[in-house]
Amino acid sequence: MFLLVWLGSALAGFLGAITGLGGGVVIVPLLALGLHVDLRYAIGASLLSVIATSSGAAAAYVREGLTNIRIGMFLEVATTLGALAGAAVAVHVATGFVATVFGVVLLGAAAVSLRRPGDATTPGPLTGMARTFRLHGTLVQDGVAVAYNAQRTPGGFGLMFVAGMLSGLLGIGSGALKVIAMDNVMRLPFKVSTTTSNFMIGVTAAASAGVYLSRGYVVPGLAAPVVLGVLPGALAGARLLPRMHSRVLRLVFTGVIVILAVEMLLKGLTGSL
Amino acid sequence: MKPLTDERMDQLVGGILRLGVLSATAIVVAGSVFYLSGHLAEKPHYGVFLAEPLALRTVRGTLRSAAHLDSSGLIQLGLLALVATPVARVAFSILGFAAQRDFLYVAITLAVMAVLCYSLFGTNL
Repeated sequence: MFLLVWLGSALAGFLGAITGLGGGVVIVPLLALGLHVDLRYAIGASLLSVIATSSGAAAAYVREGLTNIRIGMFLEVATTLGALAGAAVAVHVATGFVATVFGVVLLGAAAVSLRRPGDATTPGPLTGMARTFRLHGTLVQDGVAVAYNAQRTPGGFGLMFVAGMLSGLLGIGSGALKVIAMDNVMRLPFKVSTTTSNFMIGVTAAASAGVYLSRGYVVPGLAAPVVLGVLPGALAGARLLPRMHSRVLRLVFTGVIVILAVEMLLKGLTGSL
Repeated sequence: MKPLTDERMDQLVGGILRLGVLSATAIVVAGSVFYLSGHLAEKPHYGVFLAEPLALRTVRGTLRSAAHLDSSGLIQLGLLALVATPVARVAFSILGFAAQRDFLYVAITLAVMAVLCYSLFGTNL
């Protein structure tokens, strides 16, 4: 069992690092459905895997200049507040219903993401909030520097608040809306969106770690192989991402989003996840 | 003092994250070696939820248990170091933005840090 958990976690770390989604998409069903681990243990382990993936991969992405730290910090205001709000209303909301709606939204987002053309080659105008908060940067890829400016910042900020709320409510899936907010709404280059999401999810997960630890959801015997598996996976992913085509990354991302959507619908309709 | 460039800040933030992850891993590995040598014959049953013993649910309890080189306590200590890594990154960013005289972002990062601390320590960890 130790070995199986370790291997599954390595895959989770790899996928989580290159898509900016964290490893929960793989780890929760692997533990809960595959190995019949109690869902609370599975969520506790998944939470730690997200922190490990995020910190491990971000160390590389930040140094490569892929992650936009300012955009990440700015949007973390929305996600951490959203997570607080989500945790506060969790007792009054039918999470099954939330999960079902989220599943449907993700399927829609997957369709939109597939149809999006590649990254813009000329930056949009730098106006309003994006200018005040300096939400811009330059991405160097294959030796070519492409400047970018955040578009529709209020919309992106709002969606980030929702992303934080969902992670407070559902425990998993916080990375998906983060990437969608930066990619589809704010029109950042895809790699900037995924690596900045990866940078941010560690903070969102750390914010809820206190609750999970104090409720006894984290068991050392299970969390250890998960964390030790996720890290090499995440580091391998972080090494590979700068050399991957955005088009390929987008396909992988869409695939993982569809799996997450199915998981959410399962969770919402049958209550099994 | 020369202001901190964005590139330099990226390097420092990356370094903090690497340091946090590496030290967390080292502690978890040490704990796992102890753990496996003691529990290899046991068959764990995580299908039944029994909340962790109270001793491992608080920072103080974990520290005490790790100090006795208890395997679960050591692993739990490593996990705490892992949780602390993003928090340390946010804390460091406050200093970094201050060194850049970017007070707008000092304020933004302080706000994130406040919410983070509230949700981390609001649960008497």
